[in-house]
Amino acid sequence: MALVLSEDQQLLKDSAKSFCEQNAPISVLRGLRDSKNEQGYDQAIWSQMIELGWAGMAIGEIYGGFDFGYGGLGVVLEETGRTLVSSPLISTVLVGATAIERLGSEVQKQDFLPKIVAGELLTALALDEHTSHSPSKIATTATKIEGGFSLNGSKTFVLDGHIANTLIVVARTSKEADSEQGISLFLVDTAAKGLSITRTIMVDSRNSSNIQFDNVVVAEDALLGELDKGFSGLDAVLDIARIGVAAEMLGSMQAVFESILEFLKQREQFGVLIGSFQGLQHRAAEMYSEIELCKSAVRAALAGLDDPESTQAELAGLASMTKAKLSEVFFLVSNEGIQMHGGIGMTDEFDVGFFIKRARVAQQYLGDASFHRDRYATLNGF
Amino acid sequence: MQSLEEFRIDTRAWLEQNCPASMRTSMVQEEVVWGGRNATFTNPESEVWLQRMAEKGWTCPTWPSEYGGGGLDKDQAIVLGEELVRINARPALTSFGISMLGPVLLEYGNHQQKLEHIPKIVRGEIRWCQGYSEPGSGSDLASLSTKAELQGDYYLINGSKVWTSYADKADWIFCLVRTDFEVPKHSGISFILFDMASEGISTKPIQLISGSSPFCETFFDDVKVPATNLVGRLNEGWTIAKRLLQHERTMISGFGLSAGQSDNGGTTSTISSLEGAAMHYRGDNDKLSDPVLRDQIAQFKIDAEAFAYTSRRSVEESKQGQGPNATSSMLKNYGCELNKRRYELMLLAIGSQGLGWEGEGFSDEELQLTREWLRSKANSIEGGTSEVQLNVIAKRVLGLPDILSLAQK
Repeated sequence: MALVLSEDQQLLKDSAKSFCEQNAPISVLRGLRDSKNEQGYDQAIWSQMIELGWAGMAIGEIYGGFDFGYGGLGVVLEETGRTLVSSPLISTVLVGATAIERLGSEVQKQDFLPKIVAGELLTALALDEHTSHSPSKIATTATKIEGGFSLNGSKTFVLDGHIANTLIVVARTSKEADSEQGISLFLVDTAAKGLSITRTIMVDSRNSSNIQFDNVVVAEDALLGELDKGFSGLDAVLDIARIGVAAEMLGSMQAVFESILEFLKQREQFGVLIGSFQGLQHRAAEMYSEIELCKSAVRAALAGLDDPESTQAELAGLASMTKAKLSEVFFLVSNEGIQMHGGIGMTDEFDVGFFIKRARVAQQYLGDASFHRDRYATLNGF
Repeated sequence: MQSLEEFRIDTRAWLEQNCPASMRTSMVQEEVVWGGRNATFTNPESEVWLQRMAEKGWTCPTWPSEYGGGGLDKDQAIVLGEELVRINARPALTSFGISMLGPVLLEYGNHQQKLEHIPKIVRGEIRWCQGYSEPGSGSDLASLSTKAELQGDYYLINGSKVWTSYADKADWIFCLVRTDFEVPKHSGISFILFDMASEGISTKPIQLISGSSPFCETFFDDVKVPATNLVGRLNEGWTIAKRLLQHERTMISGFGLSAGQSDNGGTTSTISSLEGAAMHYRGDNDKLSDPVLRDQIAQFKIDAEAFAYTSRRSVEESKQGQGPNATSSMLKNYGCELNKRRYELMLLAIGSQGLGWEGEGFSDEELQLTREWLRSKANSIEGGTSEVQLNVIAKRVLGLPDILSLAQK
């Protein structure tokens, strides 16, 4: 397992970095927010990202992708995290394409993946039903009917739900509401009858939505993966997504830290640069150390995803380690980002506020630090 | 040229033949081999293992073979390391000569000095100690005042050192001395080597809060040292001193690594892993019953795992670059804090059984834990305090302005 980037990954990272700096800086997110953009992302930038091949990064060549692995997608996510790019990269590429490639039938893969690579289809994962992540606590039901299933229930915190063409819905087909048994996944067209999707405006200015299912009928071939036995596959997909989101968080926290360092080196008080004060130096040095650990965790986890010999249990451990650690450190760095910039950090004009807002959403998305420490303990037998 | 795979096969075969059975079990404190003129081997197989490894130079795998080292390149050394881990082999030799002096002597010493000292380090014939801290010079090491005056062909050394690890057991000392009192403090320091059996040296062990005495006060009273024992140039010892500190920090950061590793089992003892100990002492079966402790242990283990990846990444990155650098301060600081955290959690894990001092009512292992917990408090003081490491990171890695140099203006 290599913890340093390969030459190809480094090249990809450099090109992603310059693309994001030049074409998708934070001012784009600010513009989307201020103009109350209905899509919540910039379609022109998304088209460019598609042209760069980012949507096919981790998808196999036989489905039109580029087979560059999660190590490749990871460095792209890291760079989009630096400038807080709002795009369907997470909902559709990281989560959607992964779910379909890992769990889908050959027909489903042939049907969906090339469209995702080409930027013709957006997906959203309709999973959470509670205010905190609990992927097996599923009350939304899918009842067997003639020729298919009927879905009823509600979902919340659905990233990109209101712009998606297809939802991946996690529903209960048997057993009680908190059992890992009896869970199944369905591909649901967002034009389906009985489906109502309400966009929610979130603090980080990224897309989210609440979704209501009222006798939404899908055909039998909408089932993604095995009936009643969807949880294990879902969890594996979630682990990949958790690691990808952690990679994005890594980029974001580095951007905040660089901004802090720059400020410490130019702001003067009491006649000296404030970066000469030990009270600030030590906090900066501690943050640096924590970010170095985050970098290693993300590199190890991405390398684990691309290693064909990794077991699902190993990947689960890596995912929970990484998401827990990154969530804690992004919390720290985003708070220090405000405090160490002083008054300017509190102004909307200065960008650091966007990062603390993103931090809290990213921390909670797919499980916060406490969720993942608990899971890590369970995985390690205590 | 032999391929890496061939090297692995040969190495594996050699280790299979030459590593004695008891050397493939986890190390116990009393059997650590420090070498030296008065070396003792509690376990006779330790001596065999040392001799065999030293003969190949594998106690110092990457050191040049002309001075007795293994002459391996970095990749081969990694393979050797992996093969040693594979059979759970103990270190054949542990010494400050290997972890601290040797690397800087190879970098700054002259041919004669290397020829004299390096082979003896490789073979464990001379045990070294470190003469750095002084009663008045702790974190501000460069303010040291042990004096060396040139008198013809020797230096006359007067002064004292403190926290000299195992000075009472060492054969030679690498020592920082002041050779010029008239210049700024960093510019008047020299790096010198001398025999601890020299006339005028006395040592006095310091008892620690843990009850043990690994450190000494060391006194120099008109000690005569041949002028040829000076390493590098006169008054330029600070550069060597700092380089050696980087090696020392890399060594100490290993504490954090082993904290994480020992936590993943390896021995059969009930208190080898935090979660194992916590569950054992509580009588828990499949889930640790104290939810707060469970969370803290998970957090510790996550940090230890991320730290282990960071150490590995640092090795992979230095393959292209040059040995340890300023990031060694980060690894040292984090590793030590992790090790301290582990001991604090271990005390919580085993409760009042971890609070015994001596005698009945406690197992040896429990009593040892109490002492080790106290000893671990020194981790963030020795080799440069955590605060000093944070200063180094701020200045050398982050490029922040130095308040100390501002203060001196």
